[in-house]
Amino acid sequence: MTATCQTSVRKRPKHLGLSAILFQIKLPLPGKLSILHRASGVLLFLLLAPLLAFFQMSLTSPEAFASFQGYAAHPIIKAIFAVLIWAYMHHFCAGIRFLLLDAHTGLDLPSARRSAFLVFAASLLLTALLCWRILL
Amino acid sequence: MIHRIVVGAHYGLKDWLAQRVTAIIMAAYSLFLAIVLAAVQPVSFEAWRNIFTFGPVKFFTFVFGLSLLLHAWIGIRDLWMDYVQPVSVRLTLHVLTIVALIGYVGWFVTVLWRV
Ligand code: HEM
Repeated sequence: MTATCQTSVRKRPKHLGLSAILFQIKLPLPGKLSILHRASGVLLFLLLAPLLAFFQMSLTSPEAFASFQGYAAHPIIKAIFAVLIWAYMHHFCAGIRFLLLDAHTGLDLPSARRSAFLVFAASLLLTALLCWRILL
Repeated sequence: MIHRIVVGAHYGLKDWLAQRVTAIIMAAYSLFLAIVLAAVQPVSFEAWRNIFTFGPVKFFTFVFGLSLLLHAWIGIRDLWMDYVQPVSVRLTLHVLTIVALIGYVGWFVTVLWRV
């Protein structure tokens, strides 16, 4: 008797460790989109200072513009720009999807799955296009 | 007695709305700038600088900057509220976030208005 009682009483709240979050829990596509929207927002926030520094360099004087171009030609800076372009494109596309959901458009599961797929397709395509046009 | 936490939830419908409105403004600006950049294709300093000497571009770029301040403040604040529980740590992080963002806007405005 006591044994059956004990198994039915679960410990709450259940705290998930990092490994559970990273490797055990499998999110559906809209869930992946959502957490990446958060991650991309944080990334954009963290990179605001270097972006502002580049913005300033590019607009201050021809000399500063030239040194900005020097930095921008560096492979590591290019890689960071590529990540940044992805973050903006993902945040932008997923953000518009969230705005539509907030306006009660496409709330049913099949539509939500389809729009999540479309967002991934669009943002990855735009990222590839912009990287090709700007970075290569 | 009602237990209120200064850095707890404020049931912020206004904040929620502000984040959406600023998102729309930034999305519109992004499309606008993308069109301008595609049309001008600035590769030289002069061509790039000229874009921002134009009054309407300056105006909308500034509005974009202010929207970003509000949008990122609400977004990052929500993040601290989700992941950081101790009130003192949370308050510190809130203050650091708002200080950084306000500083960034000042910086952004000085760059923009010196063009
Ligand atoms: C085209 C411009 C943008 C659009 C359309 C957009 C859209 C959105 C939307 C709709 C949300 C609310 C999501 C939710 O509550 O689930 C959001 C959250 C957020 N945004 Fe943006 N955003 C844009 C630009 C930016 C930029 C430039 C930053 C950089 C600092 C940023 C940082 C954030 C952060 C940190 C959050 C909170 C994320 C979360 O709570 O999960 N956003 N954005």
